[in-house]
Parts: sequence; C-alpha cells; structure tokens
Amino acid sequence: MNTTNNSTEHTVKAFDSDISEMRGLIAEIGGRAEKSISLAMKALANNDLDLAREVVKNDKQIDALEEKIDRMVIQTIALRAPMADDLRELVATLKISGVVERIGDYAKNIAKRVAVIDNDLHIEPASLLPAMAQAASQLVDDALTAYATRDADLADQVCERDRVVDDFYNTIFRSLVTHMVDNPKHIGAGAHFLFIAKNLERIGDHATNVAEMVYFAVTGENIGERERGDNPSDPLYSED
Amino acid sequence: MNNPASPASSETAMIGSRSTDWHGEAMQKRIARRYAAERRFKYLGLSAIVISSLFLAFLLFVMIGNGIKGFSTTQVAVPIDFASATGGASPDQIRGEDAERALNSLDISGIVNTAIEIEYGADAADIFTENSWTDVRDALLSNPDMIGENTTVWLTAKSEIDRAAKDDTDEKFEALYAKLKDAGKAQSGFNWGFLTGADGTDPARVGIWGALKGSIITMLVTLALAFPVGVLAAVYLEEYAPSNRITDFIEVSINNLAAVPSIIFGLLGLVVFLSWLELPRSSALVGGLVLALMTMPVIVIAGRNSIKSVPPSIREAALGVGASPVQVVFHHVLPLALPGIMTGTIIGMARALGETAPLLMIGMRAFLTSPPQGLTDPSTVLPVQIYLWSDEVNRGFVEKTSAAIIVLLIFLLTMNAFAIYLRNRFETRW
Amino acid sequence: MNTETTNIASSNKMTTRNVDVFYGEKQAINGVSIDIDMENVTAFIGPSGCGKSTFLRTMNRMNDTIPSCRVTGEITLDGEDIYAPSMDVVQLRARVGMVFQKPNPFPKSIYDNIAYGPRIHGLASGKDELDQIVEKSLQRAGLWNEVKDRLNESGTALSGGQQQRLCIARAIAVDPEVILMDEPCSALDPIATAKIEELIHELRGKYAIVIVTHNMQQAARVSQRTAFFHLGTMVEYGDTSEMFTNPQEERTRDYITGRYG
Repeated sequence: MNTTNNSTEHTVKAFDSDISEMRGLIAEIGGRAEKSISLAMKALANNDLDLAREVVKNDKQIDALEEKIDRMVIQTIALRAPMADDLRELVATLKISGVVERIGDYAKNIAKRVAVIDNDLHIEPASLLPAMAQAASQLVDDALTAYATRDADLADQVCERDRVVDDFYNTIFRSLVTHMVDNPKHIGAGAHFLFIAKNLERIGDHATNVAEMVYFAVTGENIGERERGDNPSDPLYSED
Repeated sequence: MNNPASPASSETAMIGSRSTDWHGEAMQKRIARRYAAERRFKYLGLSAIVISSLFLAFLLFVMIGNGIKGFSTTQVAVPIDFASATGGASPDQIRGEDAERALNSLDISGIVNTAIEIEYGADAADIFTENSWTDVRDALLSNPDMIGENTTVWLTAKSEIDRAAKDDTDEKFEALYAKLKDAGKAQSGFNWGFLTGADGTDPARVGIWGALKGSIITMLVTLALAFPVGVLAAVYLEEYAPSNRITDFIEVSINNLAAVPSIIFGLLGLVVFLSWLELPRSSALVGGLVLALMTMPVIVIAGRNSIKSVPPSIREAALGVGASPVQVVFHHVLPLALPGIMTGTIIGMARALGETAPLLMIGMRAFLTSPPQGLTDPSTVLPVQIYLWSDEVNRGFVEKTSAAIIVLLIFLLTMNAFAIYLRNRFETRW
Repeated sequence: MNTETTNIASSNKMTTRNVDVFYGEKQAINGVSIDIDMENVTAFIGPSGCGKSTFLRTMNRMNDTIPSCRVTGEITLDGEDIYAPSMDVVQLRARVGMVFQKPNPFPKSIYDNIAYGPRIHGLASGKDELDQIVEKSLQRAGLWNEVKDRLNESGTALSGGQQQRLCIARAIAVDPEVILMDEPCSALDPIATAKIEELIHELRGKYAIVIVTHNMQQAARVSQRTAFFHLGTMVEYGDTSEMFTNPQEERTRDYITGRYG
C-alpha cells in the first residue's frame, strides 16, 4: 500500500500548516544530523579539532530542534485531536525526532574521539570507515526522504539496505580485531575505531527505525519481522 | 502548503482597507431615524390600546348605567281584607295539591281589582296593570295564612310608575308617583321577578330566566355535540388521516365551514332538522344542533393546531417505549393539546352564545311566558330575547334590554372564566 | 483504548441484510448489511444526511410513522424478521428501545416517566413491583441517588443530562434487548456527555447498544465496533480501534481525519 493523503486538504486549513511546519522541522533536524555525520568523518580524516567542535555545537541545535518538535507534536495532538493517518504521522514525527537526535549524538560521539586518536598510526581497516559512514548517511537521507514524500516503498528499501551497513560493521570489526592482535601497540586507537564503527552501525539501525516509523505512518501497518542478517550489536553473536 | 494566494490573505487585505465610518454624520442620522421609527411605532400601538379601552369602557358604562335600573322594581301598597272578600276561606283550602284549583275558584282577580278600585279610584288604571293581581295569587300560594287576614299587599306597579320612580317621564305619572310616595304607598326594591320570570307584555313584569335557561340548555347541547365531535375529527385528521386529496378536501371544507355566515347554518337547520327530521320547532335541541354545526369547525381548527404544536419528540418518546398510536394520542398528545383545544372551544362557544340569526331561522323567537322545561320545549335564548325586547315599542323595555345584556355578559364571562380555570389546571409545560 | 473485540457470529442480536430505504422515489439507504452483537457497543458515524439516523430508525421501525418511507431487505432480531407481518411493532419497540437526540421526558413526574412503559406493557403486577422497576431502572441509569427524594417532581425540571439519563432509564424500564441511541449527547455539555458515555459503558453487555453520533471522538470513546456511513451506503464496518488508527477506505479516512468535503 502506497497511498499519499496530500491530495486532499483538511477542512481546517491551520491543521495542514501545522503539519507542514512539523515536516519542515523534521527535514531541518535530519539535515543537521546528516551534516554532523559528514563533518565528524571529515574531522576524523583530517584530524581537525575545530571541525570536531563544530559537530558538538551542531548537536546542541539538534537537541533544541528535537525539543521544539516534541512540543509542537504534543500541542497539535491536544488541540486538533488527530485521527487515523494524521495521528500516525504525528506519532511517527514524535518518535523520528527522538531517533534523529540519537543519530546526532552518535555523530557527536565520533567527533569527540578525533582528539584522542593518534593520527600517525596507520591502521588499515579504518580506511573502510568513510565508505561505511557514506552508506549510513545515505540510509538516514533516504529514510528522511521517505518521510518527506510519504514513500512506503523507499522506507522498505531503507530497512532492506541496513544490511549493507551491518556488513560493513562485521567486516571492519573482524579486520580490526585481527589488526589489533597483530599490532598490540594499536589496541588503543583500534578500540576507538571499533567504537566509531559501532556508532556508524547504530546510525544505520536508527535510520531503519525512522523508516519503520514512516512505513507505519503511511500504511498503518508495522513493517513486520524480516530477515535482518546478524545482530552485529552483540559481537558474541557475530558470525563464527 | 502555505499558499500565499490563499483566500485568507486576500481577506486580510479587505479588512485592512475597511472604510466604514461608524461615527460619521450620516451614520448618526441613520441611528436617529431608527430610534424615531421605533418611538413612533410604540406610540401608535399605545394609542390603539387606549382607543379600544375607551370604547370598551364607554360600552360598559352605558350598558351598566341603563341596565342596572332594570334590576329594580316599584311596588304600590293595596290593603285587602281577605277574610271578608273571600267569605271566610280557610288557609287549609289553598294548601296541598289542590291549591291552584282552590285559588282559581276564589276569583282573586275580582277581589284585588275591587280593592284597588276602593283604594285608588280613578288612578287605578294608571297605577296597576290588568295582571297585577297575579302578585297576590303568588303571595297567597307561598303564604296561605294570609287568606284569613286583613292585610296590605305590595303590588308591582305599572311600568310608567316604575320609570317615574327612576327618572323623568311625562308629568302625569311623575305627579302620581309623588303622591303615592308622599303617602308612603310606594316602595322600590330588587326585581327578583326579573331573574326568575319569563317574557311578558308588561316591561315591569318581564323576566330573563326563560331566555337564560334556554341559553344554558342550548349551550349544553352545543357543547355535548361540538366538543367530542370536533376533538375526534381533529385527532383523526392530525394523527390518522392519510395525506391525500380527500383529506385535503376535508381540510379545506372545514376551514371554509368556519367562515360560513351563521344565517346559512340557520337555513340548514330549518331544512334538515325541522323539515326532514321533523324535530320540534323552536326547541333548544334544534338550536343546540345548529350552533354545534357552527362551532365544530372552530374546535376542529383549534384542535388541529394545538395537536400539531405538541412536540414530535413527545410522540417519539411514547412510540419509543412501545406505546400504540391510540395510547400515544390519549396518554400524551391530547393532554398536552387540551389547553389549546379549550381555547378554541371557548372562542367557539362564546360565538355560539351570542348568535341570533340562525336561531331566528329555526323559530326560537316565539313569545314564551314560561321557561323551557326540557330539550324539546319551545325556548328562546338571551341574544334573541335582547333582540326581541329592543324591538318593543314600550319604553320600559329599554332598561330591560340593557339588563338582559348585562345578564348575557355575566353568563359569557362566567363560562369563559370556568374554561380558563380548566385550561390552566390542565396546562403543562415541556 | 478499546481493544476488546469479539467476532462471535452466534452472539448476533440483530442482523440486517441488503437493507434499502426509500423516501418516496428517493433512496436514502443503499444495501446495508450489518451485524449487531450483545457484547459490543456499535457506533454509526458519518456526515449529516448520510443516512445513519434513518438506518437506526429502521431497526425498531420508528420510520413506520413516515408514510412515504419504504424498507426492503431483511432486518432480524434474534433471527426473527422485524418487518414480517407477524411481528407486532409495539412489542418490537419495547424490545428495541430508543433514546433520542433531544432529551424528551414526558411532562409528567419522574416516577411516571419510568413507570409509563411497564404500565402499558403490563410488566408489573402491583404497586410494589412497579416501585421496584422504577428504582432499578433509575439505578441502572445512574440517576437514582440524584432523584430518589423527588420522584414526584416533573421530569422536565431536571437538567439536560439528567433528562437524558431519565430517558435512558425509561427505555431500560421495559427491559429491552437492544437500545438504539440517536445522537444522545448532541444537546449536552461535556460533563453530562461524559456521564452518558460512562453509562453506556456500564450498560454494555446487558443490552446490545447502537449509538449514532456525529462526534467521532465519542464514537471512539464508547464503541468497540464502528460503521461509517456515507451517502446512504455503509462504507466501512470494523473494530473501532482499527477504524480510528488505520481505516481501510479512503472515504472513511478522509472523514475521520477531517478532510471531508
């Protein structure tokens, strides 16, 4: 089912403008989260502490935006008593804002590691991280696009493609562990890179959460249990 | 979705260019004109009320002024020695069942006329009428012991004497009355005979009771027929009749019937009740039937309107708990419609009470010297009596006419007051 | 949230199959088939003039009073066709009671309002039994404590909400199986409305309840099953919780979310 209800407007026009304002805010908070990811990765690559600080500053704005969206959603639910599609969309918006804020937190967490990672070390597996970040960021972008266009199919695709980020994580995890076994001196930095990979993987998961919310908002149904590959958040569970 | 060209923004622009000057001179003038119109209308209405009140007051004043005299009478004293005149008749003779016959054999007329002759001589004919002796006869009937006494009886004087006692009339009777008054042989009192008697030729001796009783009987007949028939017709038309051409026709007919001139009902009564059905002429029964025909449409129309004004929610409520249509009508609709129906009935009955023309057509204008004893006895009614008396040549009837009008008005007010009392008792609000 | 739902076919109290209603030539209801069960409160929602009230009135034949109204199709109560010639309409209306939009107590005493139905149907054999019925009905309608000391006062002297509960008590007094409510709260303030809604909740299960309302929030609050009517047809019928979060039909969704018209 891929219906859009933008075709008809509400009899109460102000409701429509409330909803479109909230969509705009979600687009903004999403944009900031994506920007945080890319800045954090750039800071990491260039060991740029100023850039890292900018990510931390950006996160404060993300937090403020989340708070604003939450307030607006609660207000709209109280005042407009939304039903059906509107109710689902508002609930989705409320949850998405929280999830996107978490994504911002992960980006901030990456940026914070810039200062403590010894830049001169050459850790081969870490070179995969920018590509992984690219994939995760793309997931976030697509999930937010699905939200903006109320596209259930795209949301479904996002959930499907989370597997790519998970695969990245498994690969990086294994090769980093191998690398650290071979180079005990690199264990400190390697652990940081491990956490960064973990953060990127969580970003991908949260993108999936956003997509699930979008799917629910659009279709009224949960996306359902699907084959998700491994659960890489638990290393013990990873492939033998 | 924030379309800049939305109607909301153009509306704002319009409000922005608002140019009505609420405090300008033109506006003030308009307000002043409106107030003036309001005042004018108020005073017009007030003057209408004042004018109609004046008319009513004038009418009542004249009626009561004239009529009140009709309720008093003048009596003149005549000494009669019954004992010697009757040759020693005993009181026992005129007691019991044979009293009438015994009295008739006593020649009261002769005795009284002789007594009058002795007392007043030549003036006798001017003071008393030929029928004055009947007063003595009535007095003897109520008090037989008088027959053995030498006593003075008070006889109703001729109408001219009565009028001389009340106001100016020709000098001859004024002088005569003055003479009687000075001799202490004349007295005035309340005319009980007027309230208990029937029609007659001498205005001093006529009574209204015959006509009043005729009116009461006629009204009872009218009410007994028109009320149930009218209410049932109204209920049927409102609650049961299918809405089709026949119902429409009946509705129009009833509305027209209410507007038909009353004399036509009289003609109808003449043809149907007297010629075809051969009911007794001049009777209260026929009068009541004719007036019922005339009153029924009014009750039907009023009844339908008040049934219609019972809120449909009450009907639904009753139907909703499983009341049958008949139960709905008799438990709920009629009790609520009753005040309205009664208002219609009051109006209809009041109209019937004042009706003269149709009753003239069916012969209720007969000269009747005794009140009707039943439905089929010849009778007359108050308005016809008034009409008949107003036509009389003898000037003594003028005050009797007014007095009869007062009786009619009192009857009407009593009837209405009773109906209003009933209506208020049954009135319920919802 | 009303999450309890039942779909037991055997508990159907009333069923309608392909019901059409005509006013003269004009068709007001088009092929409505619906099952009403004892366990759930069923709400009819829809825009004005969609036929929900008309349809409700066909269920206890209140529309019989309108001469031009004609009903085809089948409506059954406990499997009995209520439009069959053998069905006594007076008895039917006692079994399928009705509460109306405007509180309409009789202009009689509170006691007489309740006692009227039992009296005309001969449900009480004496004064004591009648007293009991009156008390029980008022208690069920949650009105007893408010009026027990003034049973002889006029029913019309009560407040709007009390009047409506009196009307519900009056319907209960004849021991109905189904209670139809035609916008019972549209003339009431929110507190009185809440009391009626609570009452509906209390009565659920004892009677099959059908409520017509144009207040969607109310339908969502009191009912377990909801039917959406539009232009004389029943567009959608399902569990209330599903209807208000994820309606299947576009017309339902547009109406529920306020995009109608």
